[in-house]
Amino acid sequence: MKIPCPLCGQRDSREFSYLGHASLMDRPAPDAGDAAWDDYLHNRENPAGVTEDLWSHDYGCAAWVVVTRNTVTHGILSARLAKEGTS
Amino acid sequence: MRVEGKGHAIDRTEKLSFQFDGKTIGGFAGDTLASALLANDVRLVGRSFKYHRARGIVSMGSEEPNALVTLKRGAAVVPNARATMQPIYQNLVAHSQNAWPSRSFDLLAANDLISPFLGAGFYYKTFMWPQSFWEKVYEPVIRRAAGLGALVPTYDGARFEKADAHCDVLVIGAGPAGLMAALTLGQAGLDVILADEHDAVGGQLLLETQTLDGLAGPAWAEEMATHLASMPNVRVMLNTTVTGAYDQGDFGALQRHGLDQAEPVHTLPEETFWRISTRRAVLCAGAQERHIAFPDNDRPGVMMAGAVRGYLNKFGVAAGQRVAVFANNDSAHQTALDLAAAGQSVTVLDSRSDAAAQGDYELLAGAQVVGTSGRQGLRKITFTQDGNTRSLACDCLGVSGGWNPMVHLTCHMNGRPTWDEDIASFVPTPGSIPGMVTAGSCGGLMETSAVLADGVNVAAAVAKDLGAVAPTPPIPATDARPTGLEPLWHVPGHGRGWLDFQNDVTTKDVQQAAQENFRSVEHMKRYTTQGMAPDQGKMSNVLALAVLADATGRGIPETGTTTFRPPYVPVSIAALGAGAHGKGFAPERFTTSHAATVARKAPLIEAGFWYRPSYFPQPGERTWRDSCDREVAMVRSAVGVCDVSTLGKIDIQGPDAGAFLDLVYTGRFSTLKVGKVKYGLMLREDGFVLDDGTTACLGENHFLMTTTTAAAGQVMRHLEFVHQCLRPDFNVSFASVTEQWAQFAVAGPKSRAVLDAVLDAPVTNKAFPVMGCGDFSVGGQNARLFRISFSGEHAYELAVPARFGAAVFDALLAAAEQQGGGPYGMEALNVLRIEKGFITHAEIDGRVTAGDLGMGKMVAVSKDCIGKTASARPGLNDPDRAQLVGLKPVGAVKKILAGAHLFNAGDDVHRTTDQGHVTSACFSPTLDSTLALGFLKNGRARIGETVVMVEHLNDLHVQVEVCDPVFFDPDGGRLRD
Amino acid sequence: MAFSALRILKEGLTGNKGWQPHWRDPAPKEEYDVVIIGGGGHGLSTAYYLAKEHGITNVAVLEKGWIGGGNVGRNTTIVRANYMVPGNSEFYSHSLKLWEGLDADLNYNVMHSQRGQITIFNSDGARDAAMRRANAVINQGDDAELLSLGQLKKTLPYLDYDQTRFPIYGGMLYRRAGTARHDAVAWGLARGADRRGVDIIQNCEVTGIDTAGGVVQGVQTSRGAIRTKKVAIVVAGRSSQVAAMAGMRLPIESHVLQAFVTEGLKPCIDHVVSYGMLGHFYISQSDKGGLVFGGNLDGYASYAARGNLPMAEHVCEAAMTLMPMIGRAKMLRSWGGIMDMSSDGSPIIDKTHIDGLYFNGGWCYGGFKAIPASGNCYAHLIAQDRPHPAATGFRLDRFTTGRGLLDEEGTGSHHNLH
Repeated sequence: MKIPCPLCGQRDSREFSYLGHASLMDRPAPDAGDAAWDDYLHNRENPAGVTEDLWSHDYGCAAWVVVTRNTVTHGILSARLAKEGTS
Repeated sequence: MRVEGKGHAIDRTEKLSFQFDGKTIGGFAGDTLASALLANDVRLVGRSFKYHRARGIVSMGSEEPNALVTLKRGAAVVPNARATMQPIYQNLVAHSQNAWPSRSFDLLAANDLISPFLGAGFYYKTFMWPQSFWEKVYEPVIRRAAGLGALVPTYDGARFEKADAHCDVLVIGAGPAGLMAALTLGQAGLDVILADEHDAVGGQLLLETQTLDGLAGPAWAEEMATHLASMPNVRVMLNTTVTGAYDQGDFGALQRHGLDQAEPVHTLPEETFWRISTRRAVLCAGAQERHIAFPDNDRPGVMMAGAVRGYLNKFGVAAGQRVAVFANNDSAHQTALDLAAAGQSVTVLDSRSDAAAQGDYELLAGAQVVGTSGRQGLRKITFTQDGNTRSLACDCLGVSGGWNPMVHLTCHMNGRPTWDEDIASFVPTPGSIPGMVTAGSCGGLMETSAVLADGVNVAAAVAKDLGAVAPTPPIPATDARPTGLEPLWHVPGHGRGWLDFQNDVTTKDVQQAAQENFRSVEHMKRYTTQGMAPDQGKMSNVLALAVLADATGRGIPETGTTTFRPPYVPVSIAALGAGAHGKGFAPERFTTSHAATVARKAPLIEAGFWYRPSYFPQPGERTWRDSCDREVAMVRSAVGVCDVSTLGKIDIQGPDAGAFLDLVYTGRFSTLKVGKVKYGLMLREDGFVLDDGTTACLGENHFLMTTTTAAAGQVMRHLEFVHQCLRPDFNVSFASVTEQWAQFAVAGPKSRAVLDAVLDAPVTNKAFPVMGCGDFSVGGQNARLFRISFSGEHAYELAVPARFGAAVFDALLAAAEQQGGGPYGMEALNVLRIEKGFITHAEIDGRVTAGDLGMGKMVAVSKDCIGKTASARPGLNDPDRAQLVGLKPVGAVKKILAGAHLFNAGDDVHRTTDQGHVTSACFSPTLDSTLALGFLKNGRARIGETVVMVEHLNDLHVQVEVCDPVFFDPDGGRLRD
Repeated sequence: MAFSALRILKEGLTGNKGWQPHWRDPAPKEEYDVVIIGGGGHGLSTAYYLAKEHGITNVAVLEKGWIGGGNVGRNTTIVRANYMVPGNSEFYSHSLKLWEGLDADLNYNVMHSQRGQITIFNSDGARDAAMRRANAVINQGDDAELLSLGQLKKTLPYLDYDQTRFPIYGGMLYRRAGTARHDAVAWGLARGADRRGVDIIQNCEVTGIDTAGGVVQGVQTSRGAIRTKKVAIVVAGRSSQVAAMAGMRLPIESHVLQAFVTEGLKPCIDHVVSYGMLGHFYISQSDKGGLVFGGNLDGYASYAARGNLPMAEHVCEAAMTLMPMIGRAKMLRSWGGIMDMSSDGSPIIDKTHIDGLYFNGGWCYGGFKAIPASGNCYAHLIAQDRPHPAATGFRLDRFTTGRGLLDEEGTGSHHNLH
C-alpha cells in the first residue's frame, strides 16, 4: 500500500502510522457538551466507501496527512497536509 | 524410461546420482527430481492425506499435487517440496511423505478400506462420545495422521533475505506472451521486470514441439533471453514466482537461489522475498491443464496429457511404455503426435463423438474412461464407447479436460473471474487489479499465434498509457494447432472420481455436500475441504465447481468461485520473515555509556528497544539484591550516577511554545520562568493519563520537554498531531533530541561535589535551587544542567552532546568513586523511586486518571488542555475508583508482588470483592521493609487500614497496611541542601 | 437426524445417500417474533439460545450471503477466558463453560480442544502485567499457572531462548484455553437452531429497518418486507451500515485483520502460543496440521477483507525470532476479515434508544471465543429485555459516561489500537 505524502511523494505505508478519521481534526470547544465530545471521541460514520483519514509520516517528514481513501477498494483518491486546514 | 534424441533441458554428459527413500537413483544435470524419478520408472512417490492412496507424479509445475517430498541438505529439512520444482544435484536426499513404514507398504492405506465412513464432514458427526475421548484419544490420533511433511524442532540457520525492486512494468510469466510483452516494453524504453517461476524463459514452449520462425520453441526462447539480457532496462528474474498482488502496484515475489547446487552457496541466500513496486503489470501466467474426474483417476501413471509430452520433450523421459490419452479436446492429441514422432504408439480416447485424428495414431472417438486398475501403478484402463465397455492395457494415461487460464493474481483484490462459455473456463475480469492487464493464455487465448500477438498488442497499449513510444517487434510465425473442446467434467461409474488429490475429495463428496445443503461453493469447499490443500485447488477448483453446479441444478457461472488469495504458491515463513531471526527482529538502541556498562559486567535489560544496566555487581556480591541494596544505600548516603539518556527529550521553540505546552499539559507552562523546570502531566483526549515528565524553560520561547522512555515516540507523534491537526495556527516547532543529548542523573548528598569536579564552573545551591536549569560547560563543551530528582535525593541531571557521552560518563564515575559512590542501575532506580512514591508506566497503565494518581489538583482549572473535558465524565470521577496508595506488609509474611490483587480482610476472594491491585513492589534497604505501590478503591480515605494482598500464582496471602505512597522523606527535605 | 458413530456406520453401509440437509432453506415469512440480522457465529448462536433456553422459535436469521461466510469462517480459532477487566472477566468465563458442553449440546463435533494457551512475557513489566491478569482470571474462578523459564523450556522446547531479540522470561499457562473448528461451530449452531424451528434465510440482505414513534415495526430485505416487534442487529464489521438504517452512529470503526495458515505438517505445536513484543503474535496447529497464526490489525479502516504485505511480513518476522523452527513451514493462504473495533476494544450487547431494537457488536478481533456466550446473553436480553448477569458490562452508554469502560489494552479511545 502506498500513501502519497504531499511533501515526499508516494511512499510505502510502512513509513506511516494511522490515527483515525479526519474528524479528529474538529476538536469541539471545551463547553460544546457531552454529545459533541462523545461523537468526537467515539462515534464514527465508519463508511464502506470514501472516507478521510489522518496518517502521520513518522518515518519520513513527520507531516500529518489527510488521505481521501476508499475503504472497500483501498484506492487512494487524494492527500493533503492536515495543517492546511479542513477541506 | 529415457528416450534418445529428446530432452533439450538435460545434459547427458553430466551424470548425477541422488537418493529417494534411501535408494540411489541416477539422472542428468537439468533433470528435476520428478523427471529423474519418472526416467527411472519410479511411479509411486507418496501417499494421499486421508486415505493414504498410492499417488504418482501428475504435472510438471508448482501445481503438482502428489509429488511432495521432504528434502534434506545438511542440517536443513524442508518438508513439502515439489519434486517438479526441484532440480537434482549430486547426492540430493529426498524422502516421500505421509507413509509408514514405507511408501510402498503404508499401514494407513487401511483408511481407504473404510472410506465410506470417512466421507465429507464425517468428523463433525462423531468423536463426541465419551466427551473426554475427544482430546485424549480421537484428536491425538487425527493430528498424528494429519499433515504431510514434518518440521524439525530446531532452525538450520539458513539465510533468507528480503529486497525491494521498482519498475515501470512488471511482466509476470516469461512464456510466449510474456517474452513478446517484455520485448515490446523494453524497446519502448520502460524499466521492465520479467519474472518467471522456472529456471529458464519459454513457458509452455519448453514443453512443446512447436516452432517459431522455424526455430524449435526452446531455441527461440533462448534467443529471446539473450536479446532481453542485452537490454539494460529489462531485468529478467528467473526462479521467481510472483506470489501476490496488493494495493497501489505492490507485488510480492519469491525468488529461489542455488536450487541445483549440491552445497549451499554462501554468497547467496536460500530464498529472497521481493517487494516489487510497479506502475503497471502485465500478467502472462498462461493456462494450466485440468483433469477429468473418472473412477480411480488418481492411480500412479495417470498424468496430465500435457505433462506426458512435456516430460518427453523437455527431459527425454517417456512416462510409460504403453501410453493412452483421455481428453475432451484437440490439444491433448499433440501428446500422441509427439510420442509417435519419438517412436511410441499411443491410443487417444476422445469423449467427443465427432473427434478427428490429427495424425497417425489410434483414435477412439466418443469414448470415456470409467476405471483404472493396477496395484500401486496403472496397468489397465476400462472405458465405454458406443454403449460397450472394454479395457485397454496401458501404464500411462495422459488426461486433459481442457485448460484453465491462471487468473489467480487478477483476483487477489476481491475480483472474481468471468466464465467464458467458448473455452469452458474462467477468464480474468478486466479492471480487477488497478494497473494490471493480462496477455496470452491467461486471458483465454489458446492458439500460440494469438498469444504472441496479444503479448505485443497488450504491451504496446501499456507503453502508450505510460507515454512511451513502442516500435512493436514482429510477431514470429508459428504452426497452427487446433484448440477445440467440449466440456467434460466427470464420468460417473463404479468407484470414486477424484477431484482434489491432496485432500482426497471425490465427486461423491461434493454431491453429498450438496445433499446436506452445503450448496454454495464456499460451503462446499469448507465442508469437503476441496481446494484447501497445498495446491489451493489449482487442479480441482473448476472441476469441483462443475460437479456442484450439476448437483444443485445451476450453471457454473451461477455457482461462482471461491476467493483467490495470496500467496499464489506457498512461501516459506523464513522468507517472509527474513532478517528477523534472532536479534534482527527489532532495532537495538544503545546509550553512550553502553561500553562502560558492559565493561563493568552489568547485566542488561530491555527498555523498549534500548539496553540499560540492571545493576553493577561488585566483587563478593552473589545476587542482584546484594548489588541493588548496596546501590540504593550508596545513592542515599553518598552519590550515584545513572544514564538516563533513554527518556524522550523534545526541544520546543517558538512564540507560541508556552501556549502549546499549556494545551498539551494539565498544568500551566506559559508562565514558567527561564531557568526553571516543572513536572508535567499529559492526558489523552479521553481524559486518561498519557505520560508524565518534566519540562524546562531554557530561554525565551524555548523549552525542553522530557517524556518517559516507553512513551517517547508516542508523545512526539501526539505533539505533532496537536500542532498540525488541531492548532496549525500556533507558531511553534519541535524536534526530538533524545539521541542528540546524553543525559546522566547524579544523585545523592555528594552529588554537588561530583558535579563540581566535572563542570567547568561550580554549581551553588543559591544560584541553582531545586527545579532549576541552565547552560553549563564541561571540558569547554556546551552542557545543560537540570536540578531534578527521581530518587528524592539532592540530585541533578547533566546533559552533554551525545558525542561526549562516553567520556563524561567516565568522568562522572571517577568523581563519584572519589566520593564513595559509583554507578547505579535500573533495579536501584526502581527502589529509589518507589520509596518516594514516584510513578512510572507500571502505574500509568492507560486506565488511570490524574485523580486516581492523586494529581487531580495538577489539572489547572482556568485553562483548557487535551483531555480536560473528557476527564470530567462521571465515570472518571467516581469516588469508588481505585486510587494510588502505598502498601507495607504488617504480618509475618513480608513478600509483596506486583500483579497481586487487594481484598478487604475477611472477604471471600473473588472478582466481585476485588479492591485493587499492586503495581510496583521492592525491598527497601532504606526502610528495611518490602514496599509497594498500588491502586485501592477509595484508597486515599483508607490510609492506615489493613487489607489483604492475594497473589495466587505464588500462593501468597499477605496482610498489608495502606499508607501514603511517599514512604521516605515525605517533606522532601533531602532534595534541598 | 442425530449424529453419531452409529449413524456414520449405517449411512456408510448404504451408500451415504441418507444424509439430510443440516438446515432448511425456507422462504422468509411475512412476520416473525424476532428477526436477527446477521447469520454469522453470533447471530446463529443467538437464534439457537432463543429457541433452546427461552422457547422462542418464531425467529428468522437473515444473512445477506451464506451463513458463516464472514469472520467465523476465517479466524485463528482461539478459545480462551483470560480477560482482566471486570465486565469482560465474567462474560468470557461464562462463554468458556458453554464451550465445554457445546458438542453435546449441539450434537455436532465442534472439535473444541482445550490444549492450553501459553502467553510468553519478555520483561519484568510484562511479567507483572501477566500476573495481574492471571490473578484476575483466578479471582473469576478460572485457571492460570505461572511457568518459570525452566518449565517453559520443557513445555515449549522449540522457542528460541538464546538468540531471540526480546529474551523470554517465562510464560503464563491457561490450561482450559484452546481452539475449536470454526466452521463446525457455525454449522452446528445453525443446525441446532433450525431443528428447533428457527428459519435461516440466506441470500437475504436487510436494506432498511422500519420504525414508527421510536418503536420497531419490521425490516425491509432483498427478499421482501418482514414485520416484527424485535430486531436484533449482530453483523460484526457491517455494524455501522446496519445501525445507520435506524439512524444510529456507533462507537465502531471497521478494520482489517489478517490471519494465515501453513501447509499441513505433522504435529509440532501442541498449544496455543502467544507473544506480545512489538505487536502481537499468536499461533496454534489445527487438527489438519496447518499452523494457524496471526498478529495485529493492519491498522487502517477497511472493508476490503484483505490486507497488505507489511503485517504479513511482520507476523512472520515475529515467528522467526520466537520459534524459528517454523521458518521451513510455508505460508499457504492469507485471509482478511472486517473487524468491528469499538472505542475501548470491548463489545456492546445492549438495547438501543429504539424500542425493540437490540445491538450486539464491537467484538473487535476477539469474537470467536465469545460465540456461545454472546448468543446466550443476547438471547436473554432479547427475550427478557434485561441483560444477562454475565453481560451487564456491555452497555452502549459506557463511552458517554466513562463508567465501566472495558479497556483491556489500556490504549484509550483509539479504535485501531485495541
